[in-house]
Amino acid sequence: MATMEAPLRRRETLDEAVIRFCGDSGDGMQITGSQFTNTAALFGNDISTFPDFPAEIRAPAGTLPGVSGFQIHFSTKDVYTPGDAVDVLVAMNPAALKMNVADLKTGGILIVNVDNFKDTDLRKAQIVQNPLEDHSLDGYRVFGVELTKLTRAALKELGLDAKAMDRCKNFFALGMCYWLYNRSMNATHRWLDDKFKAKPVLAEANKLAMKAGYSYCEATEAFQVSYDIPPARLSPGTYRNISGNTALALGFLTASARSGLPLFQGSYPITPASDILHELSMYKDFGVTTFQAEDEIAAMTSAIGAAYAGSLAITTTSGPGMALKMEAIGLAVMVELPVVICDIQRGGPSTGLPTKTEQADLLQALFGRNSEAPLPVLAPQTPGDCFWIALEAACIATKYMVPVIVLSDGYLANGAEPWRIPASAELPAMPVKFRTDRQGFMPYLRDAETLARPWVKLGTPGLEHRIGGLEKQEGTGNVNYEALNHEHMVRLRAAKVQAVVAEIPDVEAAGDAEGDLLLVGWGSTYGAITAALRTVRERGHRVGHVHLRHLNPLPRNLGEVLKRYRKVVVPEMNLGQLLMVLRAKFLVDAIGLNKVQGKPFKQQEIEAKIEEVLQ
Amino acid sequence: MSATLPVLTRKDFQTDQEVRWCPGCGDYAILAAVQSVFPELGVPRERFVVVSGIGCSSRFPYYMNTYGFHTIHGRAPAVATGVKMARPDLEVWVATGDGDALSIGGNHTIHMLRRNVGVKVLLFNNRIYGLTKGQYSPTSERGKKAKSTPFGSVDQPFNVLSLAIGAEATFVARSVDVFQPHLKATLRKAAAHKGAAFLEILQNCNIFNDGAWEILTEKELREDHVIGLEHGQPLLFGKDKDKGIRMNGLNLEVVKLGDGTTEKDLIVHDEKHPNPAYAFLLSRMEAQPGFPTPIGVLRAVEAPRYEDDARAQVDAVIAKRGRGDLEKLLRTGDVWEVK
Repeated sequence: MATMEAPLRRRETLDEAVIRFCGDSGDGMQITGSQFTNTAALFGNDISTFPDFPAEIRAPAGTLPGVSGFQIHFSTKDVYTPGDAVDVLVAMNPAALKMNVADLKTGGILIVNVDNFKDTDLRKAQIVQNPLEDHSLDGYRVFGVELTKLTRAALKELGLDAKAMDRCKNFFALGMCYWLYNRSMNATHRWLDDKFKAKPVLAEANKLAMKAGYSYCEATEAFQVSYDIPPARLSPGTYRNISGNTALALGFLTASARSGLPLFQGSYPITPASDILHELSMYKDFGVTTFQAEDEIAAMTSAIGAAYAGSLAITTTSGPGMALKMEAIGLAVMVELPVVICDIQRGGPSTGLPTKTEQADLLQALFGRNSEAPLPVLAPQTPGDCFWIALEAACIATKYMVPVIVLSDGYLANGAEPWRIPASAELPAMPVKFRTDRQGFMPYLRDAETLARPWVKLGTPGLEHRIGGLEKQEGTGNVNYEALNHEHMVRLRAAKVQAVVAEIPDVEAAGDAEGDLLLVGWGSTYGAITAALRTVRERGHRVGHVHLRHLNPLPRNLGEVLKRYRKVVVPEMNLGQLLMVLRAKFLVDAIGLNKVQGKPFKQQEIEAKIEEVLQ
Repeated sequence: MSATLPVLTRKDFQTDQEVRWCPGCGDYAILAAVQSVFPELGVPRERFVVVSGIGCSSRFPYYMNTYGFHTIHGRAPAVATGVKMARPDLEVWVATGDGDALSIGGNHTIHMLRRNVGVKVLLFNNRIYGLTKGQYSPTSERGKKAKSTPFGSVDQPFNVLSLAIGAEATFVARSVDVFQPHLKATLRKAAAHKGAAFLEILQNCNIFNDGAWEILTEKELREDHVIGLEHGQPLLFGKDKDKGIRMNGLNLEVVKLGDGTTEKDLIVHDEKHPNPAYAFLLSRMEAQPGFPTPIGVLRAVEAPRYEDDARAQVDAVIAKRGRGDLEKLLRTGDVWEVK
C-alpha cells in the first residue's frame, strides 16, 4: 500500500510563485483564487492578484468565451504585479487550458482535470487533438488528476447529488495548491463556515473536497516537491487584504467620518463599479445614504442635489456611464459644488469590454465636458491606494468647492493586495466650514486662497440664494451675460482648479533622479512599471520613474523633472492620452508604450520598450 | 407650527431679479399664485427649495426668494430627489415644463413619482417649446404645425395626468394659470400632501402657442368644457350645472340631468380611491367628444414617502448594530500583524 512507504519528499524554499486557476465561469475560479490569496496574505506574503473573467455571467459551459481565471503572485519580497508568467496553472477543462497554457513557464506545473477531456469537451473548446495525448504539453510537469471523480468519492457519504458534489471540485484543486505551497487550510475553513452558515453540509463538503485534494498530493508519488515561500518583510502594522473597489468605499466612509459630513452615494449599476455601491449599501450604520438611481444621469444629478443640501456626495461609474454624466458634471463645475465622481475604467468605446481593464478615459475626464470646464482629476496606483485617493478627492472637493474625478480601472477595482490599516492619527483632518454668517454674504464671494465659494447648508436662515447653470456674475451669482464677465468667470474657474496644485506634493522620481530614460505612468500601471524599473536598473541603465496620482492639475515640478532625462517613455493602456497631455504641456518629445488588450502590462513588455528606446 | 414664526408676505418671496418672461406669459400668474400661497404655509422661508430644469418655466427659482437651483434640462426631479434624501425636512418644489419633464426628463419624472419622493412638481404645460422658439412638444396635439413640423406633427402626445397616474403618483391634480383662486387652492392641497405631488398647470404661451387652452379659459366656453373635481361631490358641469358624468360599464358617460336622470346617478368624486384606475378614467375623458376637461385633484392617496423609508432603514440598522465604528470596520475580516 502506498501509505506503507511514504514517498520521498523534498521541501524547497523559493522567493516567489505565481498560480493561475482557470476554468468555466461556473467553476468557482474567482472564489478559489480569493481563498488562496487570503491564505497567502494572512501567512504574511506580499501579494498581487489579477482576476480575469468574462462579461457573460454563464457562457455555455466548456466554451472558450466562458473561461474565467484568477492569478495570484505571492512572494517573500515586495510584489508589484500579478506576474508575467505562471509557475502553476490549474486548468479545469480544455477551454481553460487552451486559453491559458501559453502563460505557463517552461517546466511549470500544470494541474488538469482529466475528467473534463472527453471528446465532447474538446469539441466545445474547438480542440481537434487531445493536448494530453499529443505531446504538446511535454515542456511542462503535467499532473492529470481525476478531479471530478476524486471529489465525488470524497463526498459520497454526505448524500449530495452529483451536481452539488461537482461544485466542490474547485476546492479539491485548492487543497492541492495548499499542499504544494505548505499552507494551512484554517482560514478557508473559517470562510466556509461563515459562508455556509445556513447550509453546514455545503461547508462540510467543500472542506472534505479540499482535504481530499491535500491528501491526494500527500499520497501520490508524483508530487515529490513542495515549496515554502517565507513571509515578506512588510513594514510593521496591522494588515488586511483589500481590493480597489473596497478601498474606495472605505475611503469615502472615512472621509465622511473625518469631515462629519453625511455620505450620499447616487449610482447606477455598471461593471466594474457596482461593488462600491454594494459595499456602501451595507454601511447604513454609518448613516450612509445610498441611492440606486434610475440612470447614470440621475445618479450624478442626485449627488449634486445632495451636495447642494450639504452632504459629502459621490457617484461611481465606468466609461459609458461617465459619458452620460458629463453634462451634469459640467453643472457641478458651474455651480461649484463638491461631488466626487469615480470612473472605474473598462475597455471601450461604447460597451466595449465590460470586465476588462483599460485607461482610455483620461481625456474624457480631462476634457469631456462642453466648453471650458476643468476639474481636478486623480488616479490611484494600487488597490490599497484607492483608499487614500478617495480621502484626498473628498478633501479637495470640499475645500475647493469643485467636482473631482477619480480614475480607477477594472484591474485596480478587482485586484487585491495586502494593505496596512492606517491608525486614526494617520488620517488627515478634514475640516469643513459651512457659511452661516449673513453679514456680507454673497453666493459667489471667494476665499482668497482657495478661490472656493461659500458652502451653505440648505435651511440656513438669511442665506437663501439661487444657483444654476447660467453664467453668473462674480460675487453676487446673479445671471449675467456680459462678455467680459464671462471671460473673467471662465478664467476664474480654471484658476481655482489650478490652485489645487497647492495640495499636490512635488514629484520625486523613483530610481535614478536623472539619466537616460524617465518612465511616466499613471494609475494601475504602477506595479508593472515599478517592477520593470528594478530590473532595467539592475542591468545598469539609468532610469527613473514618475507615477502621477494627480493628472489635473499636474505637480508643479513635473516639467522640470522631465528635462532631467534623455528620453521619456509613457506606458499607458490606451493609444497615448497622457502622452498627448505631456507633449502638449511641456513640449517634450515623449514616446508612448501603448497596450489596449483589456489586460494589464507585463513587466517584460515595459522592459523591452526601455531596451528598445535605449539602444 | 411654531409660535415664533415670523409672519411672511408675498413680498418676502420676491427677489430683486427682473422677471424676464414675455409680457402676457401665463408664467407670471403662476409665479404670483405661488408667491401668495407660500407665505400661508407656515414654513420659514429658508426651508423652501425650488428646483428647476431648463425652459421658460425653469427660470422660476430666480424669482423666488428661497433656496433655488436652476439645473439642467430634464434633471430637476433627480436633483430634487438628492436634496430631499439628504434633507427630508425641507420643502422641495420643482418647476418644470412639458418638454423638460416629459421629453428629455421623462425618465426622472416617472421614477420620482413611482418612488413617492416628497417633492411637489409644478408642470407648466403650454404644449410648445418656448425658449427654443416654437417647436412642438410631447403634449402638442397631432398635426401641430410648428417650426420643426411645418407639415404638422405626426407624434401622438402624452396625456400628462394619465402618465402621472400610470406611474402611480400619490397626488395628481390640474389647474389653469388664469384660474387664480382655483390655482391657489390646488397649490395649497399639493403643499399639504405628504409624498410626491404632481400638479399640471395649463399655461398659455402667448408668443408661440397662443390660445392653446382657449376653450377652457374663455368665459363663454369654460362652463361647458371644464369640470371642477371636488372630493365627495358629484361630477357636475355646464353653465346650468345640468350635465354630469356617470359610469357606463367600464366607460364614463356624459348625461343630461332631468328625464329621470338625477345627481344620484352621477359619480361622486373620490380622490382617495385606492384604485388608480378611477383617476386614470377621469384623466382620459377630455379626449372624448362632448366630455369636459377635469381640473382639481384627481388623486390624493397616502403612501410612505421614499426619503422617510430610506431614513428609517438607516435608523433601524443603527438601532440594531449601534453607530458604525470606523476603526472596527477597517479591521473587518481576516487581519494580521507584521512586527
